[in-house]
Amino acid sequence: MRRDGMPLRRTAAVVAGLALAISAAACGGGDDPEPGATGTGAEGSTLIFASSADPAILDPAFHSDGESSRVTNQIFETLVATEEGGTGVAPGLAESWEVSEDATTYTFKLRQGVKFHDGEALDAAAVCANFDRWYNFTGLAQSDSVSYYWVTVFRGFAKNESDTLGKSLYGGCTAKDAGTVELKLTEPSAVVLSALTLSSFGIASPKALKDYKADEVSGTAESPQFTGTFGTEHPVGTGPFKFGGWTRGDRLELVRNDDYWGEKAKLSKIIFRPIEKAADRAQALRAGSVHAFDYADPADLESLKSSGAQVLERAPFNMGYLGFSQKTEIMKNQKIRQAIAHAINRENVVKTKYGAGAKVANAFMPDSLWSYTEDFTTYDYNVDKAKQLIAESGVPSPTLEFCYPSGVSRAYMVDPAGNFQLMKADLEAAGFKVTPKTSPWSPDYLNTTQAGDCPLFLLGWNGDFGDPDNFLGTFFQSFSSQWSFRNEEIFKALGDAEKEPDQAKREALYKQANALIADFVPGVPYAQSPSFSAAAKNVQGWVPSPVLNDKLASISLN
Amino acid sequence: MLGFVARRLALLVPILLGLSVLLFLWVRALPGGPAEALLGERATPEAVARVKKLYGLDRPWYEQYLTWVGNVFRGDLGVSSRTQHPVVEELLRTFPATVELALVAMVFAVGAGVPLGYLAARRHGTWIDHVSVAGSLFGITIPVFFLGYMLKFVFAEKLGLLPTDGRQDPLLDAGHPTGFYVLDGLVTGNMEAFGDALAHLVLPGVALGTIPLAIVVRITRASVLDVLHEDYVRTAEAKGLAPATIRGRHVLRNALLPVVTVVGLQVGLLLGGAVLTETVFAFPGFGKFMADSIVARDYAVLQGFILFTAVIFVLVNLLVDVAYGLIDPRVRVT
Repeated sequence: MRRDGMPLRRTAAVVAGLALAISAAACGGGDDPEPGATGTGAEGSTLIFASSADPAILDPAFHSDGESSRVTNQIFETLVATEEGGTGVAPGLAESWEVSEDATTYTFKLRQGVKFHDGEALDAAAVCANFDRWYNFTGLAQSDSVSYYWVTVFRGFAKNESDTLGKSLYGGCTAKDAGTVELKLTEPSAVVLSALTLSSFGIASPKALKDYKADEVSGTAESPQFTGTFGTEHPVGTGPFKFGGWTRGDRLELVRNDDYWGEKAKLSKIIFRPIEKAADRAQALRAGSVHAFDYADPADLESLKSSGAQVLERAPFNMGYLGFSQKTEIMKNQKIRQAIAHAINRENVVKTKYGAGAKVANAFMPDSLWSYTEDFTTYDYNVDKAKQLIAESGVPSPTLEFCYPSGVSRAYMVDPAGNFQLMKADLEAAGFKVTPKTSPWSPDYLNTTQAGDCPLFLLGWNGDFGDPDNFLGTFFQSFSSQWSFRNEEIFKALGDAEKEPDQAKREALYKQANALIADFVPGVPYAQSPSFSAAAKNVQGWVPSPVLNDKLASISLN
Repeated sequence: MLGFVARRLALLVPILLGLSVLLFLWVRALPGGPAEALLGERATPEAVARVKKLYGLDRPWYEQYLTWVGNVFRGDLGVSSRTQHPVVEELLRTFPATVELALVAMVFAVGAGVPLGYLAARRHGTWIDHVSVAGSLFGITIPVFFLGYMLKFVFAEKLGLLPTDGRQDPLLDAGHPTGFYVLDGLVTGNMEAFGDALAHLVLPGVALGTIPLAIVVRITRASVLDVLHEDYVRTAEAKGLAPATIRGRHVLRNALLPVVTVVGLQVGLLLGGAVLTETVFAFPGFGKFMADSIVARDYAVLQGFILFTAVIFVLVNLLVDVAYGLIDPRVRVT
């Protein structure tokens, strides 16, 4: 068998060669500057932030997703801002403001000496140019997916191209003088002020909007092209960071705006890297490839802490609910809805499926929001009561089709399948028969629930700004197919609350609405949950905002 | 040989035409559509109708198909409804990443697999053989996302030797004239960028190459075992030929034919994108981009990318056939 000796040696040589090649490559990797090592002081440091996806677009008027607003929040500023770490309204580009008694005229006093990144001055005319641009959107720009927040807050456009759009709330913008903006509404709205903190109302340079053809859509019907490059290559605002470049799927760079009007950013650069899975983001942080990331999986928190990383809690500003579509006969039966509310052990779902800081939700809004008091009917976990209500409902052996999504995890619904399993067991224990139905989150699940085709469905809401209208008004202010009910009392209370300029009266109206909703049981709110972010130990000054309005300019690396 | 290549290339035309019709219908058979996907959580019937009209999706499918084929012949694969960039641009951006990754994976699979398989056959029945067989079974069964996670855990988190994600250190300033980052490092003379790009390929390459490695080990082992029992090998030994000549010219050369076939198929598969590996390593490649496009029902990208994959698959198989001819002259004759 001596002749076998040679191949063994030769093979070993080949394997050793391969190993050498790999380790040579590895040495290249060993030379990588550790992200932690780049923060050598306040000046000249770069933060690498792992996002969960690429932004959709960097034109604030055209986005409604968290990853886009995380970036545009650094480039653009709004007239009024969100309090750091809170939900209240704070000065932004406007130093002060006044609201008329009838809540139809808002007067903003602008900061002096603010310049856009392209050197243009921010004045009242520039602010009004932005409002007029949004109001005059046409074509595709009017669709809910493109200008979602304008449609949500201001309802319609100068020339509505769809019957689903309402009469616009926007009544015009006047530059009273260079530093004074007067915003008129067509009817009273007390919600507009807090809504204007949304990153979608970030003020852009009118010159850049025009130069880079922000609104231009050309091409043929077969292949339309957004030929403008404002939202992809030239987003120009007044914020503490300027756009520095973007390769989709790989990196997006922001560089410090050295001419910023306020306290300048401590970082010289921020690089956003999309890493889709939370576990992979955590691994990248532990390995030192990134400095910070958002949406940490609660399962990773311990290992992050033990590796020396910081875990930051984002206060709950969301709620998960089990929704009912009253399109089907069985869900129109109030006793059945009450029975379901009593059958679900919400405490157990929250304890089993949610991480630290999560709590049971009793209303369709987080308990941190103003006007919240638990002055309404609550439904304790009570199987006997549920059985009794089923008996009273007159529905023999009720069967429920129960939809839940796959391929999604949200702070308010970390593990939809797990929530479903627990609730299914609870419902069966009370005497319901449950038919499960699952589909991928987008577009399938969202389409089905939106159309009201799921009698029972798991959904939730992440708040946008600190106003009860953003929760209760979104769900129940008017008829929607998703819930498929008409309850004029609820619709009216919420409609009145939206228009009421007197804060005390508004508060009373939201309390009343919460009581009406609790009695009507359109669904079962069950969880409100904080989300978690993580950062390397040398990252300082990051204050996670409950409404995702994080200002990364306050971060420094030590 | 030239005639053979020409005939094979001519076959591409009917294959691609047939495939284009099939895939055109297939992407449209996906439930939901680009309009719904684009509109997401807020797809009202009116908004869907508006978007459909804008994208020409309200026209009959054959009309859409003819327009598309006409554009393809002009080199225009359309515009991605997700990114608003031309599909060709997206292809040129993501494909080089996947080519690099697939090459590293195959170098790993063939470089380690052929010697290991050969060794296992030569040491048939010994512990080396058993370890190779069991190891390759392990390689086939271990899920890529788990292997990827473990590789990162050991080599990135614990040893700090290799990066966890991406194609390049974000802090490195490097030019990319070709889009192939390793090559770019050489072309621009930036050796730091070269080493960095290579380092970023090691872990995903190993993760991706593990299944092909296991297959190559098993095929090589079986094939070498067969050849070792051939009469001509015994004859060569009897006439006193040098062992190295027997191994090189008679055993390995004959045993490699099935290995080349398998490698060709595997390369084709890997170039079609490695969604899991690219996701785990946040590697901005072709497969991940295509998977995201399926979720977004991005017809233009799906059609363009699948058509491109088909062309690559056919070309790789053609190369395999040519390699066959080089290894085994009988193939050229038939």
